[in-house]
Formats: sequence, structure tokens, C-alpha cells
Amino acid sequence: MEKRKEGSQDNLLEVKNLKISFKTDEGIVTAVDGIDFSVKHGQTLGIVGESGSGKSVSTWSIMRLLPKNSIIDKGSSIRFQRKSGKTVEITKLKANSRELRKIRGGEVALIFQEPMSSFSPVYTIGNQIMEAVLHHRDVTKEEAEEIAVDMLDRVGISNPRQRFKQYPFELSGGMRQRAMIAVALSMNPSLLIADEPTTSLDVTIQAQILELMNELQEDLGMSIIFITHNLGVIAQVADEIEVMYLGKILERGTTKDIIKQPEHPYTQALLKAIPRLDHLGERLTAIQGDIPSPLSRPVGCPFYTRCDDVISGVCDVKMPEPTQLSDTHTVYCFLHEEKDD
Amino acid sequence: MTTTKLSPIETQSPAVTKESEEVLRYYSATQFQLIWWRFQKHTVAKIGALILITMALMGLFAEFFGPYTGITRDSEAVLVSPQAPRFCNDDGCSLRPFLPGVTSERNPETLRMEIKIDPSIRRDILFFVEGEPYKLLGIFEMNTHLFGVEEGSVHLFGTDSLGRDVFTRVLLATRTSLSIGVIGVIIAFFLALIIGGAAGYFGGALDYGIQRLTEIVRVIPVIPLYMGLAAAFPVEWSSSQVYFAMTLILALVGWPTLARRIRGKLLSLRGEDYVVAASLSGASPSRIIGRHLLPAFTSYIIVDLVISFPYMLLSETALSFVGLGLRPPSISWGVLLQDAQTVRAIEQAPWLFIPAAFVVVAVLSFTVLGDGLRDAADPYQVSG
Amino acid sequence: MTDTLLEIKDLKVHFPIRSNQLFGGVTKYVKAVDGVSFHIEKGETLGLVGESGSGKTTVGRSILRAIEPTDGKVTFNVDDESFDLSQLTDKEMRVFRKHMQLIFQDPYSSLNPRMTVRDIIAEPLVAQNLATGKEVDERVREAAGLCKLNLEYLRRFPHAFSGGQRQRIGIARALVSNPQFIVCDESVSALDVSIQAEILNLLMDLQEKLGFTYLFIAHDLSVVAHISKRVAVMYLGQFVELAPTETLFYAPKHPYTEALMSAIPEVDPDIEMAPVHLAGEIPSPINPPSGCRFHTRCPYVKDVCKTDVPKWEEIEDNHFVACHFADTLTLKGAEMPNSVDAD
Repeated sequence: MEKRKEGSQDNLLEVKNLKISFKTDEGIVTAVDGIDFSVKHGQTLGIVGESGSGKSVSTWSIMRLLPKNSIIDKGSSIRFQRKSGKTVEITKLKANSRELRKIRGGEVALIFQEPMSSFSPVYTIGNQIMEAVLHHRDVTKEEAEEIAVDMLDRVGISNPRQRFKQYPFELSGGMRQRAMIAVALSMNPSLLIADEPTTSLDVTIQAQILELMNELQEDLGMSIIFITHNLGVIAQVADEIEVMYLGKILERGTTKDIIKQPEHPYTQALLKAIPRLDHLGERLTAIQGDIPSPLSRPVGCPFYTRCDDVISGVCDVKMPEPTQLSDTHTVYCFLHEEKDD
Repeated sequence: MTTTKLSPIETQSPAVTKESEEVLRYYSATQFQLIWWRFQKHTVAKIGALILITMALMGLFAEFFGPYTGITRDSEAVLVSPQAPRFCNDDGCSLRPFLPGVTSERNPETLRMEIKIDPSIRRDILFFVEGEPYKLLGIFEMNTHLFGVEEGSVHLFGTDSLGRDVFTRVLLATRTSLSIGVIGVIIAFFLALIIGGAAGYFGGALDYGIQRLTEIVRVIPVIPLYMGLAAAFPVEWSSSQVYFAMTLILALVGWPTLARRIRGKLLSLRGEDYVVAASLSGASPSRIIGRHLLPAFTSYIIVDLVISFPYMLLSETALSFVGLGLRPPSISWGVLLQDAQTVRAIEQAPWLFIPAAFVVVAVLSFTVLGDGLRDAADPYQVSG
Repeated sequence: MTDTLLEIKDLKVHFPIRSNQLFGGVTKYVKAVDGVSFHIEKGETLGLVGESGSGKTTVGRSILRAIEPTDGKVTFNVDDESFDLSQLTDKEMRVFRKHMQLIFQDPYSSLNPRMTVRDIIAEPLVAQNLATGKEVDERVREAAGLCKLNLEYLRRFPHAFSGGQRQRIGIARALVSNPQFIVCDESVSALDVSIQAEILNLLMDLQEKLGFTYLFIAHDLSVVAHISKRVAVMYLGQFVELAPTETLFYAPKHPYTEALMSAIPEVDPDIEMAPVHLAGEIPSPINPPSGCRFHTRCPYVKDVCKTDVPKWEEIEDNHFVACHFADTLTLKGAEMPNSVDAD
């Protein structure tokens, strides 16, 4: 298993001006409205956001897994560095082209929230891992089986040879999630996209899975994009965090930046809205109003309809430009743009 | 989805107020209104509905739409092929459709009567003509027909072996076949509602017993059953008595499928949170059924009913076709198709199969309509 | 105690599993709740936590008799009278329901999509004839107002509303009959973080204003800690610990509680989590382990744990535990995060 250079200069993934819309009965709905982000080698990028933020859609687009009625804007760019060193522009690849299929599963892997529905119920776990391995590697069936058993062991599943022959329904939720990680990792991907992987798990199982992912990341040097709405989880796994709201990134920085020194009103509000053990019994600060529907997207900064610090005539006109607060910390807010001047 | 507190910015924006009116209508719409709006988007289903309505109307007023009666025989015009009205001939074109003249001669070789077309003679098709008397809807005595000719006869779909106008007979058959389907489904539905409903709501031993009963009824082989019952129809029975008996039999054999579906729906609805909420609010079982379960039911049931019609239709057609259902002088699509069972028909008079086209169109229309209704009713979309 | 609203003694809920044979009777049971005893004081919030298979939801629902208990006694004190809920007939129970309500988890399935908001909220009053005519409308408006629902909304149907608004409608429905006791069954779990805060605040405000008693069932430990005065921990159908919130979180006495607390993801990247490793998987509730049910996974297991069932005892003031070694083990609580969050 190769190890990547930690913190090497080129980014594994660079996304610029990503804009994704969907054709629906009610018209064209913009889910992701022009965002930029990047993932470094061997690092974990955490994307935190609530419903409608576009966090899942933006990552599925990396593997071109969007439904047929989706439109990726022509001006969007998703550049991925392959293991060979060559950089590929994902948006220019034909859907289901050979290169894309090689990348999917082979270099970029994806795990979901609900492991039960990600596995086919009629094949054994081992069979499904083997299928992935045989698809991407030039090995014999026996070799593939060995790789699969080894992988099951790696992810902490006891009695891997027995489990290999079991069906998904015979495994508990935690084990299925581990098995899903095994499938994802059997190809030694350079990028793992984890979309709410622990949201439906018990808290003790969640802790184990997070620990496992951290370990595997260190061992394999792979990058992770970790999507969740749980700030506690993201604080524990992510090196960098970006905060999304209604299709836009509102703030980006290292985990310390975001958690300890949040500068965007939304980020601050989120942190004040979650119950925390050190503030037991205190009143939570709720964010007024509701998340607008993507069908009636506010003009300007998407958060202005609920922001306590809104500046009328400014925030409702256009989206603020990014303000670089430090090498690592960027915020998109007029409150800071003004200070900059 | 609207914010509870409008910031000053929003109240000034005109876009918001315009949207609010439409949006308000949407928010106050009942389930049926929502289903109706969603149904409007299904063009194919609407076409299906249109076709069915047209068929129903034509069937209802069959005697008016058809130029003759179902039993008028013209021995001169036996097995005449369909005559398409024309608008133009050598003399020129006109708005009024007409038919060319026809004479019948006996072919010396085959010894059959053959039609020869004489294009020089022009027989205009007249509208709202007086023809044979009939009772519209069984009540009003009339003798006006939509169209007809003064000389000779007009047979849009040809004639059968007894010289009867196929077009009129097909229309009359439409009435019979569609009505058997409808009545059969309605009777089956009521049976299914009571039986399936009891099983689904009360569960337990009652459910168990009803399930087994349903299985037994379903297991009975249908064709021998029909054969036995058909043999049991006394010969003296009038065609209307046979008609009602047929409808009843179809319903008695058809209820298990509907009952299963109703039971299934009820079981799933019972577990819904809002039904539990109703019982936790202290609602009695009858209130839960009437106020909470039944309304949820109705949209599903309408869809189920529409989808069941084709089965009834096809059953009646098939049975009558093989002689186990309605018999002449009753007229249904299946009965008409009996005439088409000979090689002679296939070779020489293929227009006798036209009723089959009607069956196909009717079944397709019901299916398409049912699909459209199901799509409109099923995902009662939740916003967000 | 005269302040006790609910007294639950040895509550059991066993679900029968029918055998597959034609005439086979019931041979096995899923012991979802297997002997649980506790009390709830008037006006307090008792939190109930546990992982999958713990039975916490079943406890809540069986107290309300939405699910029928198999055994045990539930005593409800209201208007200076004591009622044994298990003894009430169906009809009596229906009348009694005005004293206790449930707020559901899923705001999308808990409101009848074919009823207007006004009718949904009015249902507890109308179903039991608690009010008629104008009074119904008045009380509905009052309930809606308490939940900060615009009166305009009463004419609309549920499909018009977001998750948070629907949950407020559900809360209005729960309080319209002036109940004493409300079970919150994962009532904020399906909501976005920003909305969750709103609903939690609302629940706490209503309790302050109107004196409701809550049984707050949830799997998110921080949420439970925030709203509850005391918290109970369940494992495989039984209580393992019950204590005032801060005690439970920072000085637990049961190994399972310790494991839970160590697993809470801290919103502070400087704190490195060290979750306790529990061996194996949660056993099946059909065949729970002998002795202490937790023994198959407990890091401190000794021989006695495999054979003897630990007693549910009050070891400190208001602190109950079921563990053979509650007195001797020194366990670690949740991390105390540094409150250095910027504003």
C-alpha cells in the first residue's frame, strides 16, 4: 500500500466554481451555487451543513454520480490528481467513460449513511468486496478472496473468513458500516468520500468507526471528505472544515479556526445552537426563521433572511467576496469585507 | 417553508407578494385538489380519460350514434366490407362526406355475393336523419340518428354474416361491456371493503380466518368454475338475467384481490404515526376509521378501482367469446367476437375483429388512466 | 412522595414471536423491556438514553399504553388521586388520555396530511368531547400561540410546513388538552441543528410556564443532558443507571455509562477522544445474557457478573445503579470541554 506525502503541495482535488442545478417539475433548482474548495493529500476535509446546503450533491459530482436531470455548469471545474500523477478534469469526462469508471472505486471511493441499502441483499458481503476488487485489479478469484478477507480483518470485523460468507442482513449496523468501509478501501483509493457515515449509528459504534477511519487514514495516507451535520463529529475527524448553507460556502478554515474562532454569523450561530456539556441548562441560541427552499433562493447572501447582523441594501443584493482572514481561514461575509476596506 | 417573521427587506419586495398568492392557494389545498393538479401534468392519462369518456358517451347513446339498430338485418348486404366515406370524386370535392353507389352481384365462380362500386352514383351522408325508432336511455322514444343515407346503406365497419351493421353493434356492445365492468367492480369493491377492511383493522384471529378464506376462493380454478356456472344458467333466462348473473359472478370471483389490497393498505396505515396520534388523543376505533383512516384510503381505492376495471372487462370479453358468458341476442364485445371465430372471418371478413380493437383501446385507456391517477395520488408530496 | 407524578414498578414488555409452524404457538419473546422501575416527579424532565435494542422507546410508549405492557404497574397521580393505568379499561383509558401525550419523532408522518392544522390540534379535544363549539377554537388558538404558530396557519394543510413548523404543530396538539405528562420520543432527532435549538427552547419554555412533566427519550446525549434534570441509561431492556444529569455525565457509576460518555464526540478539537472499547456486539433481546446483561461486553467483568443479576440500588442520594462493583470502581465521566468558544 502506497503512502502519500503528507501535506504535499499539490492538492489531490481542486474544485472551482462548482455550480449544479436540477431540472424539476417546478423549474430549474440550483443546489450548489458556485463554490470553491480543495482537498490536500492525506488530509480530511469536513463539510458541515444542514438540509438543502448542497453538501452531498457537491461531493457526488466528483464521481459524476448525479441523476440524469442534473446539470453541471460549464464554468465548473473539478480537477483530480490520479495515482499516476496525471491531473484529470472530471467535468470534461464523458459520463461512464472508461477513465471515469477506473477512477470510481479505484481511486475515489464513497460510503453512505445507510449501509443496509448500499449492499445488495442477495449476495454475500465477501462476494461484493470481491466483485469490486476483480473489477479494478488484475487478480485471480482466489487472490481477490484473500484481499477481501484481509480487508474485513483490517476494518476490525472479527472472524473475517466466516463473515465473508454472510449476507448483509446477518450483520449488525456497525459491522455493515465497517464492511462498507472494507469495500471502499479494498482498492486503496486516494480519496474517500464519507457521506454521513455515522449518522444512523449508535454513539459507541460511531466512536469506533471514527477511530477506525482515523487509523486507516494514517496507515494508507488517503484523503477523506467527511460530510455531516454534527459539529462534534467533525471537530474530531476533520483537519479543515467548510461550512455550507443553501448551496454556498460561507466559511472555510482549519478545524481550530472554525470551532474556536468562527467569524461568519451562521457558523457562530450553529455553535451556539448545539447543546454542549459545558453549558448545560443554558438557553440555546436558536436561529430565527427557517431554511429557505432552494426554489425560492434569496438574492445575495443566502443567509441574510435569518441573520441578526444583516445589512439591508447590501446583503440582499449580491454574494460577498471571500475575505482572507489568515493563511487558512476564509470567510464570505460583508461584515468582514467592510473591515477589510 | 415561509419564514415566520418577515424582515423589513422582504415586505418591500414585490416578488414576494405575487408568489404568496399562488403559494397560499397551494398551502390551503386539500389532498384532492393537490391530486387533481398533479394529474393535470399527465398528458397520456388525460388522453386515456378522454377516450374512456367518449366511449362511455357513445355507448350510452349508442342508438343515436349508430345508423341502424343492433338487430336490423339486410340480407342483401351480408358480409359487406367497411365503407369509408369520401370527400372527393371525379366530379370534385365537397364538405359533405358521401359514399359511392354499390350494386351486388353474384360471382359466378365462388357463388358469393360481391359488391361492385359504382363511382358515378353519389350518396350523400346526411346528419340527424330519421331512421329506425328506438328508446334513448330506455325512456325517450326517438328515431333521429346522427347520420345515415337515403339510398342503400352506410356501414362504416361493414356488416356481419347476417347483414347486421357492425358499427351500431359495436357501439351497443360498448355499453354492455363497460357497464358490466363498472358494476362488477363496484360490487366486488363493497365486498372487498367489508371483508378486507375487517381483516386489516381488527387483525388477530379474524384476520387469520379471512386470509384463509380469501386464499380458498382464489385457489378455485376459474375456467371450470365459469363453465359450471354457465351450464347452470337456465336456458329460459332472459339476456338481462344472464347479464346480471354474469356481473355477480365476476364480482364474487374478483373480490379477493381487492380485499388483499385493502387489507394491506389498512395494515400499513394503522402503523402510521398520525393514526397512533389519533388513538393517543383518545379517539374511539370508529372515529379513527372514519376520520383518519378512510380519507387516507380513498385516493388509493380510486386508483385500485380504476386498475381493476380492465380485469373485469377482459374477463367478460373472454368468457363471452368462448360462449360461457353472455349469449346472443345480448351484444357485448365478446359476443361480437364470437362471429369472428371462423376461418371465413379471418380470410374474408377481417372487419369482424374490430371489437377487439375496442377492447384493446379500452383496457389501455384504463391502465394509462390508472397509472396517471396512481402517480398523482401516491406521493402526496411533502415540501422540504 | 407526594410530588411523584408517575410511579413505574417492574415494567415488562415482551413481544411474542410466532413460530413458523402452522399450529405452533408462541415460543420466543423479544424482551424489549424487562423489568424497569423508577418514578418521575411532577414538573421535572427525566431523560432516557440508550442505544439500539435498549428499549427506551418501548418504555415511553408502554407507559402511555400505546403499546400494551406485558407486566408491571404504572401509577399516575393526578388531582390527588392515584390511578393504576394497567387496570383501566379501554374506555377509561381513552378518557384518561387527556392527562398524557406524546410528541413524535418524525414531523412528516405524525400529522394527518388530510386534516387542516386547526383540526389536527383540536383532535384531542374533539375526540373526547372535552370542549365544543367556540371553546375548541379558543383553545386551539391558545395552543398555537404558545407554540409561536401564526394563526394564519390554522387553515392550511401540513404539506405547507417545514419540519420545525410541523413539530410545533405536534407540540400544540400535545398540550391542547392540558396534560400533566408528555413523552418526547426522539422529538428533535429528525430536525436540523438550527431548528433543534428552537424546539428545545420551546419545550423548556413551556415547561417553565405550564409545569409539564417530560420523559425525554433520545439517543443524542448532549441534547438529553441539556434538557433533563435526571437521566436514566438503558441497556438491553433494563435500567443500568439513573442519576441527576451532572452526576451521571461526570461521575457515572456504571461501566456502560462510562463507555457512552467516552464516546460523545466533543465539539473541541483539542480534546482527543479516548472511547472505551466494548467487546463484541449488543446481544439479542430474545436471549439476553445470564447474570448482568452487560457482562459480555464489560471491560471490568468478573465471574460473579456472569451468574448473579446485580440489584438496582440507590447508592447515593437519588443515584441508582445496577452493578456488582458500583462501590469499588472509579469510572471516568465525559470530558469537561474548555469553554473557550469565540463569539
